[in-house]
Amino acid sequence: MHGNIHSIESFGTVDGPGLRFVVFMQGCPMRCKYCHNPDTWEAGKGNPMTAEEIISQFERNRAFYKNGGITVTGGEPLLQIDFMLELFRLCRERQIHTCIDTSGITYREGESAYNKKLDRLMGMTDLVMLDIKHIDPDAHRELTGHGNEGILAFAKYLARRNIPVWIRHVIVPGITDDVQEQQRLGRFIAHLPNVKALDVLPYHTMGVNKYEKLGIPYPLAGVEALPKQRAAEARGVILESMKAERMRMKQEAARG
Amino acid sequence: MAYKYEAWEGFEAGTWTREINVRSFIRHNYTPYNGDEAFLAGPTQNTLDLWEQVSQLSKEEREHGGVLDMDTEIISTITSHGPGYLNKDKETIVGFQTDKPFKRALMPYGGIRMAEKACKDNGYTVDPKISEFFTVHRKTHNAGVFDVYTPEMRACRSSHIITGLPDAYGRGRIIGDYRRVALYGIERLIEDKMEQKETTRSAMYSKVIREREELSEQIRALQDLAKMAASYGFDIMKPAKNVKEAIQWLYFGYLGAIKEQNGAAMSLGRTSTFLDIYAERDLANGTFTESEIQEMVDHFIMKLRMVKFARTPEYNALFSGDPQWVTESIGGVAIDGRHMVTKMSYRYLHTLQNLGPAPEPNLTVLWSEHLPENFKRFCAKTSIESSSVQYENDDLMRFTHGDDYAIACCVSSMRLGKEMQFFGARANLAKCLLYAINGGVDEVSHKQVGPEFTPITSEYLDYDEVMKKYDAMMRWLAEVYVNTLNVIHYMHDKYCYEKLQMALHDKNVTRWFATGIAGLSVVADSLSAIKYAKVKVIRDETGLAVDYQVEGEFPKYGNDDDRVDEIATDIVHRFMEHVRKNHTYRDSIPTTSILTITSNVVYGKATGSTPDGRKRGEAFAPGANPMHRRDTHGAVASMASVAKLPFKDAQDGISNTFTIIPGALGKEDTIFAGDLEIDLDCCGDNCAATPTLFEGMDRE
Repeated sequence: MHGNIHSIESFGTVDGPGLRFVVFMQGCPMRCKYCHNPDTWEAGKGNPMTAEEIISQFERNRAFYKNGGITVTGGEPLLQIDFMLELFRLCRERQIHTCIDTSGITYREGESAYNKKLDRLMGMTDLVMLDIKHIDPDAHRELTGHGNEGILAFAKYLARRNIPVWIRHVIVPGITDDVQEQQRLGRFIAHLPNVKALDVLPYHTMGVNKYEKLGIPYPLAGVEALPKQRAAEARGVILESMKAERMRMKQEAARG
Repeated sequence: MAYKYEAWEGFEAGTWTREINVRSFIRHNYTPYNGDEAFLAGPTQNTLDLWEQVSQLSKEEREHGGVLDMDTEIISTITSHGPGYLNKDKETIVGFQTDKPFKRALMPYGGIRMAEKACKDNGYTVDPKISEFFTVHRKTHNAGVFDVYTPEMRACRSSHIITGLPDAYGRGRIIGDYRRVALYGIERLIEDKMEQKETTRSAMYSKVIREREELSEQIRALQDLAKMAASYGFDIMKPAKNVKEAIQWLYFGYLGAIKEQNGAAMSLGRTSTFLDIYAERDLANGTFTESEIQEMVDHFIMKLRMVKFARTPEYNALFSGDPQWVTESIGGVAIDGRHMVTKMSYRYLHTLQNLGPAPEPNLTVLWSEHLPENFKRFCAKTSIESSSVQYENDDLMRFTHGDDYAIACCVSSMRLGKEMQFFGARANLAKCLLYAINGGVDEVSHKQVGPEFTPITSEYLDYDEVMKKYDAMMRWLAEVYVNTLNVIHYMHDKYCYEKLQMALHDKNVTRWFATGIAGLSVVADSLSAIKYAKVKVIRDETGLAVDYQVEGEFPKYGNDDDRVDEIATDIVHRFMEHVRKNHTYRDSIPTTSILTITSNVVYGKATGSTPDGRKRGEAFAPGANPMHRRDTHGAVASMASVAKLPFKDAQDGISNTFTIIPGALGKEDTIFAGDLEIDLDCCGDNCAATPTLFEGMDRE
């Protein structure tokens, strides 16, 4: 079977531990205003490749990835879950570290054929990088075109399964720079013991050109890139709030 | 044990005590260092003062349009100028090319016209008596070459299918083993050369005559070097007694060479681990402190940053700047398995911190998987902070060059004191392809430069037809190229012989005949386009192919795609085979390099449109790099394509220029701190590549 691949980056250094072979999948239901890969939105396009082809490209230069692995991102990789199953099965056979960078948007709670596949896929996944765009459902809808209920449920699902997770969160001026919302996000993460790291990224404008090329109006026109320092500060806020929440949980537990 | 020289006390004996053999000295005496950079000392006040003075001079030089002062009256030799200083009281290491810093010397032996032009273009005039002397009475290298050149060679030269030839300037690329001056002293070196002279064959074949003449020149150069050192108040007849003297003696050796030769690359060698042996002895004896030693190293490196040559704007355009290629090779691994990183390796790199970043000297780390982790981290950190460190693959070169080789220029490796090379610039293989299509007619000048083969007349290019003609054209090019270089190096030896540098070599040296290739990625992509897409030829009114239209997609070099990478590999191999078919001057061994780090722009300018879609005049990619923006699969795939090129066919080096913004190397600087090739030390809990783990949080 084929996956629709947008592109491949053989020198990925920011998408998971170590040096990574990054597969960008084509197609995404989200329309995040700050998305810097709008060229990956449209499903059904891209370059059809088999999982074997991807693995063979990886294997040729495997020496480079000895402390890294494969990261599948996009687009939304979980849109092509059958292909993911095939790819990660091959990775498992070859002991390649696997990572999925997802928004979690495809998840719906309950019994379903899709969730069974997801169960199997997570069994073969070493790390999930979960992008929480906004903690508030309405603001999330405004920012991405979708509510975040499924996403937050997916985060809890990953916690139940104890899959290692890195949380990613982008600070956009005027959208996610509200301190109270950041604290709320921190409180949410505090309940996820499987979260290993928190990556808070400053909004940047490097995607603007792509919008021009695609003839799509840029939704955040006029919003300036966020200085690195402010993302670090926001990270501090989220962490503080996490700590406080965990402390509260501990005390609550102690009180019985 | 009592040594012949007191200066050797405390060193372990070996072959080096009986013969000139620096490698043996190093092997027996160096101390590998596994620690980190914590021991390093910052700049002293004197260092800061001197550097301030240098920065001021640099500023003035820039304001003067690139040259501050030029000598127009004194012909530069080892002993031509009296001593020069920045500030005698503050300098721990002394010596300049002329009697003052930033004054460029007059070196006419390579070619008087070039020397005159370098002066004229910068607003100076060479003393007419000197011009007359080198025109009427004393022939130069340049004049010799042009006496011999054939019309074909001249045509190739002016159409730039062979280009950058060292026929009007010093060839460079020779590294004297300057360490010998420090370890043995001039007296012993002269003794050795005398013995070599006594043991030449007695039947006077021209080879023997030349050998004896050259040895006499070498001995004279050594005597001159001692005189030059004496003018600074140093007696270098005997070996250096401590690290300060060792650095000074060694630097005098190098200084003598750059007073004598204005070479295209005047590299230093592999000196840090050698000098560390002296430093360790002095630290143990309490002779010097760490701060004092770092100060000497800072001053030494400062001198190397101030190496200047008189050059023309055209020369600077060819090499994109005013480079000296004072390359110093650091680290690497010994044949016995020990790494060769010492504290001195750290001290050299630390100058980039103490004095700030600089392109010269070209500090080059001989990288190996087996270098100690601390040193790898330190290199990565220094690279990120200074963008001034070059890396070369020791694991590859050690196989062919052992553990006492150094890099000349950017990638040419040679065993110190045992190998030298005849620098040969480059053949333009992209233009050669166009000659194959146009039957030897130059696409820019419309002149018949190559042999009059039948041109291709079809509307679309056929791969097999093109390859057949291209192979024949490469064969022609290799022949005329090698023969041109034979002329050049014969004349350079005759009229501009590197007597001091060769005095710091063994008697029997291996000579590399270093050819070079420009435009490899253009050729690979062009042939790939012809093979996998359709390439339509656009001809002008004379029927000459002047442009190409590519219809459809084709695999591009730089994406780890064998379909095209194999074409690149094949071209390198074929060209090298054609080179090998020719006689090479002085029994030299032919090699080639793919390393146009800077001159790719100039070569591209002189080359018409190519079948890969590149337009006339557009720059080539540097070295073995893929063409700009055609590598779409990221750096690993890009490097994998380059890595397929056969080193055995390009032993003079393959370069890949790689630029990346620090942010793209990971979240923190330390992501780079694992192996560079490229196993980033991650996944562990202490890994900075992970965006800060929560470890410990619950424990608070």
